[in-house]
Amino acid sequence: MEFGLVAFWQDGWVGAILRGASVTIAVSLASMLAGLVAGFACAVVKWRGLFPLTLAVDVYTSLIRGVPELLGIYLLFFGSVELVTQVATAFGFARFADSGYAFVIAVIAIGAISGAYSTEVVRGALAAVPEGQVEAARALGMTGPRIFRRIVVPQMLRIALPGLDNVWQVTIKDTALVSVVGLQELMRTAYIGSGTTRHPFIFYAVAGAVYLAITLASQLGFNGIERALRGRARG
Amino acid sequence: MELILRALPLLFQGLGVTLALSGLAVAIGANLGLGLALLRRSPSRLLAGFARAYGTVFRGTPLLVQIFPFYYGLGQFEAVRDNAPLWWIIGDGARCAVFALALNTAAYTAEILLGGLRSIPSGLLEAAEACGMSRALRFRRIELPLALRQCLPAYGNELVLVLVVKGTSLASTITVLEITGHAKRPMSETYAIFEVFAIAGAIYLALNLLLIGLVRLLERRLSNRAPPQAASAHSASEPKRTARPVSPGA
Repeated sequence: MEFGLVAFWQDGWVGAILRGASVTIAVSLASMLAGLVAGFACAVVKWRGLFPLTLAVDVYTSLIRGVPELLGIYLLFFGSVELVTQVATAFGFARFADSGYAFVIAVIAIGAISGAYSTEVVRGALAAVPEGQVEAARALGMTGPRIFRRIVVPQMLRIALPGLDNVWQVTIKDTALVSVVGLQELMRTAYIGSGTTRHPFIFYAVAGAVYLAITLASQLGFNGIERALRGRARG
Repeated sequence: MELILRALPLLFQGLGVTLALSGLAVAIGANLGLGLALLRRSPSRLLAGFARAYGTVFRGTPLLVQIFPFYYGLGQFEAVRDNAPLWWIIGDGARCAVFALALNTAAYTAEILLGGLRSIPSGLLEAAEACGMSRALRFRRIELPLALRQCLPAYGNELVLVLVVKGTSLASTITVLEITGHAKRPMSETYAIFEVFAIAGAIYLALNLLLIGLVRLLERRLSNRAPPQAASAHSASEPKRTARPVSPGA
């Protein structure tokens, strides 16, 4: 039985793929945001040299980079089934505990990974802001937090943008890993579809094409932001 | 406690599989990557376009989405099932994983190598041409060694972190019993979840340290033979230690 693109369209798999893709994007966005928050905090800790927190940050980044994400996902998943279900029930979210559970695990796991990479990027960007700017601001009588907020952070963001683009690409690809614990995102949808229809190739090809589309769209988005920011800088 | 003692030999067995997977994948993928880098630089638009498309596809999609179609997907085609060598490759989880990892690492290798090739100052290339070297000879004697030395940090990173640690762990999803594969069952069936994770994680970290250490050692050995500013355009032609007047110790 031929299962070409026509049957794909007619059997309603397009909807499933799109739903999966939206879950992928949702997980990626949530993880990226969580990762940025964590990464920013850790980067500032390292930048300021706040011992012993720097040690904790180093352990964190080394662990994430040295241990495969899959292992971490298994840890979070198998280690906390009981805990999360109880917490969710306590808060009255028992209904959501099952379906939302994998989502929460995904965001925590991928967010942690994204955070480790973001830490490196933001740290490098903070170090790249010229010292002279901070000194000049201090000479003008600005106080520490204000200098940070108005001088360092805007410039740091512009420098960090390419690196953050890279982190985003990695984050999107890492969300595929959470399919092994059952989250109904793009990869999982393709897996289920291929198992159901026994025509795996077309499903994975479509999933791959969707990932590429997300990747390329993100690339265009980042290029646009970069161009806009460069227009406002003075060289 | 005894559970951990039982899990330990299995995890170390998995370590052997991890190393075997990585070694084979690198052996194939590095050469493939070199070929791809050469294709990208070729004047033919078809070949260069193919190499660029290959890179985009294999770097823009998750590794899992590359492994699964190989294992589950190719088997649906009659042509593949009847073809004995192809079936030998994709029929077994480990061989399939090696193949998929090789294709993936080839794309990243090509990108890193191209970065290294681009960083060579053009003065060196022009000097080689002035000496009458053919393009092939110039590539073999001048460009490739310099590019390799330049991209070794990035390539070491890609090898150790991406391929060995993350890539091989994904093989566990297609029934390959490497470290993660051996760790998954204890983790899903017993309460010693964190302990098993800790041991498996420790093995990975130790592997990491060892391999990164080897790469740094290699970097240092390669850079000892070259003048301190091997990458800058001007002092590259002033060898401090070698007696040959032309090539800077490569």
